[in-house]
Amino acid sequence: MSDDKSPNELDDFDARLRRAREGQSPTGPENGEFANTPTQGFGLAFRIGTELVAALAVGLLIGYWLDVWLETAPWMMVVFFFLGSAAGIMNVYRAAQGIGLGVGIGPGGRVVSGDGDKTEATGKPDKKDMQGN
Amino acid sequence: MANPLQQFEIKPIVPIQMGGLDASFTNSAFMMVATVAVVTLFLTLSMKGRALVPGRWQSMAELCYEFVAGMVRDNVGSAGRQFFPFIFTLFMFILFGNLLGLLPYSFTFTSHVAVTLGMALTVFIGVTLVGFIKHGAKFLTLFVPSGVPAVMLILLVPIEILSYLSRPVSLSIRLFANMTAGHTMMKVFAAFIVPLGFLGGWAPFAIDVALTGFEFIVAFLQAYVFAVLSCIYLNDSLHLH
Repeated sequence: MSDDKSPNELDDFDARLRRAREGQSPTGPENGEFANTPTQGFGLAFRIGTELVAALAVGLLIGYWLDVWLETAPWMMVVFFFLGSAAGIMNVYRAAQGIGLGVGIGPGGRVVSGDGDKTEATGKPDKKDMQGN
Repeated sequence: MANPLQQFEIKPIVPIQMGGLDASFTNSAFMMVATVAVVTLFLTLSMKGRALVPGRWQSMAELCYEFVAGMVRDNVGSAGRQFFPFIFTLFMFILFGNLLGLLPYSFTFTSHVAVTLGMALTVFIGVTLVGFIKHGAKFLTLFVPSGVPAVMLILLVPIEILSYLSRPVSLSIRLFANMTAGHTMMKVFAAFIVPLGFLGGWAPFAIDVALTGFEFIVAFLQAYVFAVLSCIYLNDSLHLH
């Protein structure tokens, strides 16, 4: 910030800037330009496919590894195939519902409000945009 | 026809052997160094003026900063402020790596799973450590869903743990797969342009033009998704339910 500007000048600039912004986007929030782009939907679409496959792959890998270690082929792999599928579907469900990908998020999904306060979301997680899909 | 996967080949520039290990300075390493240099130059040079009313370059730098700052604030809250430098570095590194990889004759290091898995594991291990440091053994309650009958926990806890372990895999596969698929597709269509001649070559050429635009979206989007998911994972570690 340059020193030769008097506080008055800055206040004036602030007011002018605010007026100009209001004129441009009457409803837009601070970073509304990103909220309106299709980025959100795109991002979600790119995420969901891999979420499903990744959990399944991890499950199969752990199952195979346990089978080799405990010599129980193919039972561990079968068990972990189903566990991995369940985990994958749960990941997708959470991503699609906008609960985030957090593990262990119960019915009352928690969201962080814009000003950083931790708030309990009541009922359905309707603050989809907060999870940044 | 040129091999569409040739562009992902790792070529050593300065061969270095270290105790039987191949630690050569490759084209991939060169692009990483170049990315760090370009990001550093972009941010320092554009902020050099420090004008109250930013110019074009300063606007771009401020836009990057505010974008990531908003992302951290929305997804992690005020507790995530101390992790902002990490998220910002991650975002800029991936973004510029993707964008520089779009230049002709360059190399996209994010198209290698070794690189993306390295970054994803850094995030995963870091976030797990943050959780344990902040909450101690109580962090393990992350794997116990609330409001569930005890009998169901036998089934649900392994699923939750698998879901947690799948994070670095999905994080790295997503970035790597998107970059590799996009670049391969461009090359495949590009290889059809000349053989189809002056009349037929326009169709694959048009597709390639569209794909180039699409690749720019993907380059930005994948950096964004990687950073946002890091934020969400960080939030889980910081705020236990």
